Amino acid sequence: MMKLMLWLDSHAWSTGLHESLWAYPLIESTHVWALAFFVGFAALLDIRLLGVSFGKVPVSEFYRKLMPWTVVSFVVMVTTGFLLFYAIPVRSYQNIFFRIKIVLLIVAGLNVFVFHRGIWKRVAEWDTVRRPPKSARRAAVASLALWAGIIICGRMIAYNWFDCDRQPQPAIINWLTSCDPTVELP
Amino acid sequence: MIESWYPFFEWCEFTTIGQIVRQSLWLFPVIEAFHLVAFALLGGMILIVDLRLLGLILRQHSTSDLWYGARHWRRGALAAMVVTGVLLFLSEAVKCFYSQPFWIKIGALILAVLFSFTIGSRIAKAGDRVGPIWPKLAGLISIVLWGTVAWGGRWIGFSG
Repeated sequence: MMKLMLWLDSHAWSTGLHESLWAYPLIESTHVWALAFFVGFAALLDIRLLGVSFGKVPVSEFYRKLMPWTVVSFVVMVTTGFLLFYAIPVRSYQNIFFRIKIVLLIVAGLNVFVFHRGIWKRVAEWDTVRRPPKSARRAAVASLALWAGIIICGRMIAYNWFDCDRQPQPAIINWLTSCDPTVELP
Repeated sequence: MIESWYPFFEWCEFTTIGQIVRQSLWLFPVIEAFHLVAFALLGGMILIVDLRLLGLILRQHSTSDLWYGARHWRRGALAAMVVTGVLLFLSEAVKCFYSQPFWIKIGALILAVLFSFTIGSRIAKAGDRVGPIWPKLAGLISIVLWGTVAWGGRWIGFSG
């Protein structure tokens, strides 16, 4: 994995992006803008699933109408997010917040998968109910908490408190970040 | 004229709270992270109403239903944004004073709040009854103003 990261880092495009005066900030701003759309819309869906607001709109309709916006903003998020990673691959890979963020993203994906495999299949039964069933509400709470965690971790990637080139770190941190303090990276 | 405000910005930075946030290693990043979480929530609440005003989403439902549905979340998120935003500002008020994006953000924020709490909310509550043009115009103005606030906020971090 580290080899892949070093290979990515050796790309002229990667360095160019990182050092670019305007491209990097622009991509980062777009990433944050897309956040308002994507997480904002996910939060709207979750709020409907919680049964606290938008009770007049059937769940499936709310879902269907928000979906195109959510999908487009998700694509923008992932694309800009990947570019931000590509600009600084080695450091991101060894950054503890980046790693927690990836884990939370996977859990958020699983949450969606479980929701779709489970209670969503019977949405017709509770579509117009103001307060959806418990497992739907549980998925909504999980989604809200996970995305808050993802945003927090994402913001924290910028800070280098636990970075590999800042030793000494506790052994657990070096283990979690696959950092070998005795190896000097090129 | 703006120069005469400098002492106020300096005073802000030397308030106890400003100094506590400034001198802490982790307070600023943590507050900023929560500022961003509230931003995502506020963004969603503003967008659903604005996109409906523009006629791009949930057209079968009235704007006022969506406006009222989002109301508590919008207020809560805005309050969280203002509280965390003021804390962040106090810790680096002098930097903000010299930051162009900061002034753009504050200018847009004042306009956005004034607009949303007066004309914006009235049109949202009235919905399509005020004709086809006004809701679209209100949605567009709101998106542009709040978008500028968000953009300016991000660029404060890039300057200096």
